[in-house]
Amino acid sequence: MTDQTLTPEQRVANLKGMGSARKRVEDVRFTQGKGNYVDDIKLDGMLFGDFVRSPYAHARVKSIDTEAAMAVPGVVAVLTAADLEPLNLHWMPTLAGDKQMVLADGKVLFQGQEVAFVVAEDRYAAADAVELVEVDYEELPVLVDPFKAELPDAPVLREDIAGQTEGAHGPRRHDNHIFTWEAGDKDATQAVLDEADVVAEEMVYYHRTHPCPLETCGSVASMDPVTGKLTLWGTFQAPHAVRTVASLISGIAEHNIRVISPDIGGGFGNKVGVYPGYVCSIVASIVTGKPVKWVEDRMENLMSTAFARDYWMAGKISATKEGKITGLWCHTTADHGAFDACADPTKFPAGFMNICTGSYDIPTAYLAVDGIYTNKAPGGVAYRCSFRVTEAAYFIERMIEVLAIKLNMDAAELRRINFIKKEQFPYNSALGWEYDSGDYHTAWDKALEAVDYKGLRAEQAQRLEDFKAGKTRKLLGIGLTHFTEIVGAGPVKNCDILGMGMFDSCEIRIHPTGSAIARLGTISQGQGHATTFAQIIASEIGLPADDITLEEGDTDTAPYGLGTYGSRSTPVAGAATAMAARKIRAKAQMIAAYLLEVHDNDLEWDIDRFAVKGAPERFKTMKEIAFAAYNQAIPGLEPGLEAVSYYDPPNMTYPFGAYICVLDVDVDTGEVDIRSFYALDDCGTRINPMIIEGQVHGGLTEALAIAMGQEIAYDEMGNVKTGTLMDFFLPTAVETPNYTTDHTTTPSPHHPIGAKGVGESPNVGGVPCFSNAVHDAFRPFGLTQSHMPHDHWRVWQTANKLGLHG
Amino acid sequence: MAKQHVKMTVNGKEVEALADPRTLLIHFLREDLKITGPHIGCETSHCGACTVDIDGKSVKSCTMFVGQAHGADITTVEGLVNADGSLGVIQEMFREHHGLQCGYCTPGMITRAHRLLQENPTPTEEDIRFGMAGNLCRCTGYQNIVKAVAHAADALNAQKEAAE
Repeated sequence: MTDQTLTPEQRVANLKGMGSARKRVEDVRFTQGKGNYVDDIKLDGMLFGDFVRSPYAHARVKSIDTEAAMAVPGVVAVLTAADLEPLNLHWMPTLAGDKQMVLADGKVLFQGQEVAFVVAEDRYAAADAVELVEVDYEELPVLVDPFKAELPDAPVLREDIAGQTEGAHGPRRHDNHIFTWEAGDKDATQAVLDEADVVAEEMVYYHRTHPCPLETCGSVASMDPVTGKLTLWGTFQAPHAVRTVASLISGIAEHNIRVISPDIGGGFGNKVGVYPGYVCSIVASIVTGKPVKWVEDRMENLMSTAFARDYWMAGKISATKEGKITGLWCHTTADHGAFDACADPTKFPAGFMNICTGSYDIPTAYLAVDGIYTNKAPGGVAYRCSFRVTEAAYFIERMIEVLAIKLNMDAAELRRINFIKKEQFPYNSALGWEYDSGDYHTAWDKALEAVDYKGLRAEQAQRLEDFKAGKTRKLLGIGLTHFTEIVGAGPVKNCDILGMGMFDSCEIRIHPTGSAIARLGTISQGQGHATTFAQIIASEIGLPADDITLEEGDTDTAPYGLGTYGSRSTPVAGAATAMAARKIRAKAQMIAAYLLEVHDNDLEWDIDRFAVKGAPERFKTMKEIAFAAYNQAIPGLEPGLEAVSYYDPPNMTYPFGAYICVLDVDVDTGEVDIRSFYALDDCGTRINPMIIEGQVHGGLTEALAIAMGQEIAYDEMGNVKTGTLMDFFLPTAVETPNYTTDHTTTPSPHHPIGAKGVGESPNVGGVPCFSNAVHDAFRPFGLTQSHMPHDHWRVWQTANKLGLHG
Repeated sequence: MAKQHVKMTVNGKEVEALADPRTLLIHFLREDLKITGPHIGCETSHCGACTVDIDGKSVKSCTMFVGQAHGADITTVEGLVNADGSLGVIQEMFREHHGLQCGYCTPGMITRAHRLLQENPTPTEEDIRFGMAGNLCRCTGYQNIVKAVAHAADALNAQKEAAE
């Protein structure tokens, strides 16, 4: 096979490597209903688990009577904390250094908390029995307002750690206080604020919401009583970490646990944490000797697993009268609910909130975050974001707008004069990060030109005149955002989860005939890893992507990795993939040198082959080299062609983007109509433009949901008011606009292929952009801040308070 | 509980079974017939992941009893592949235009699109958005789903023309 008839361009095209809009290999299965999600798993003799959950937000559990439930035909067991206690599994560690009840141990701390686990032969019998478990509760005072948590008469929620003055993240000053985390220079920032020409101050609330993937969480545990091996299938964004955690908390040796993430129906952060259902399915399988399935329903999903956000961010931003920002101050009150079950790297209890200086050259800054317990569901997960980056981006992008109002300046111009300049990268931020690369001015100018920003402002001014003249009841809002993310966690030196460094991995095996299989420590939940990671390998080693199988999610076969969340797959596992491929290419070069009887250094890489320098007609293709690796005895080389790479990134990556939203606000109905949305993303090297565009569309729609209506709301009794899809807003095709996508390309200087990650950018940038647009519509009437979500009712209220209803 | 005799056609095959009267159709399809294309996303008729085609109508199978489908002709996403096992036109267009990501809503989406394009073979973008509004997707932002359905309409119309 010495095909010399193809042009170099044709050879590149045949690979379908990086830069190609390759169609997804996953879709052949998914489009005909042949996915394999956790609820599709059916094993012989499999039992079903279902939870009895607390109707109260705070109550003492005085007794649990399971007799009637046990009498239901088909019911096999009813587990309570008393059953789990001898195994020391009635509590479990959270990923945030806290612990969480698996089943109510003496009291319940949030509505929907797991109280008992019914195991039955089918899900109907389990549901019947759940209704018959009698729990005697004694109601306790409920705490839902984090600002009342430290008042003298506040009820103590966590009696298990009452009086403990040291927590997982330093001192605790009150029984309902979890941690205080600080970054930056407090005194210097105070001094800057004291002396500033202008200081703008605002409380920016990013409300509690939920990732709500279309598939809820679930697991199937199967303990083989003969071999003692536990197989656990589940909705795990981090299957290897789940194996380690399962081993640590159950005492089962890690080699006797096989964790498998099958196809996952969306994750968005919801499926990073460890939930009581997983633990209970394992225990129930051990107890019954049969496989046990647990799949939560939608209400359970919204009420008990993994909320996101709920950050009250009190900010101050100072500037010269010309608009040059001099300082930023942020004090955040973080409502974590009943257990601190966020999934941040250990040293970052408030995630990467300290990216809150955003895209701006702010010389002095200070951030403090207080974590607080309340009677709400546990969590604080990164919903389509890298550990609180959305909160940080929303905060700074609102503060910029508030400052622009104070300075009476155009918000686009205020951003422009404060951007970190291209020549300042790598840039050390006041709150401790080293931004690897960026070119914000180019992106910003491109965006403003693309939407005809000046024309839009002129139209807006005309609209305002018409409104004041009574010719229209609709205002025009122009939302601006320039966000900078920090993703790709992360360097092992400062990023770990439960002590496991946040590297990631790829193993590649080249088969004798020149096809390959690659396995990674990550797990796709819709991102299309099987498509894109094969493209990286194709470009690196010159074998067609169509000849490369990709597998993830089985801990018995895949190399160890920390999983998929925080936009870390491409920055970390993508780098491992390129590095493993390069190891293969290095060996291939030696094989080619042997075959061509030249020195290694006399060869050069050419798309899909090694060719002799100066004599391109003398070459060996990768396919030929692969065969030789298996059929030739090459002196000094082992047979075979495989490699594995564990990649510890030297730094995070810093994707950025410029978004502009234009919308009409009907002041009488509060209805908002999105007229256009322009999204420019710079994610460094682009692997598959089709998939990038799809990620941007999806992330923007999740941003639309959050900004415009989606909320996990509680009443003062701690009742969840938004527990079904009737109340919890997910946009349909009707509410969702069309988006215009665009890009610039600023490769990451430290990543092997220069890629930065993109899946979360549109959510991080989208939320402030939609919100800023709503605010902007009301700016002429004196609005500085109104809290999300901007649903019709709240927008109407805003208009009403501003006196726009006559 | 006394079992109920049910009989129906699913993807062209006659199916007969004894089922608990309270069995939901989605559970009957997924657990008794092992047709796992239709998914469960909310159990309250909101998300549409469980959409199947029953006697020429799009139906959310999570909120009807199996007995209500007695005698019905049911098509699921599995029944929309071509006779030779290749992807049907709508399935192919979803793949071509990146109309899916995690794949969980996809069977319901495609099954709904199948019916929509029979109800209205030449839909506008607005018609598609409205006609697909009973099916939620958390990944795609719908833009490529709308595109896929529009292209499927064109492809199906071209097929029809060629056949005439």
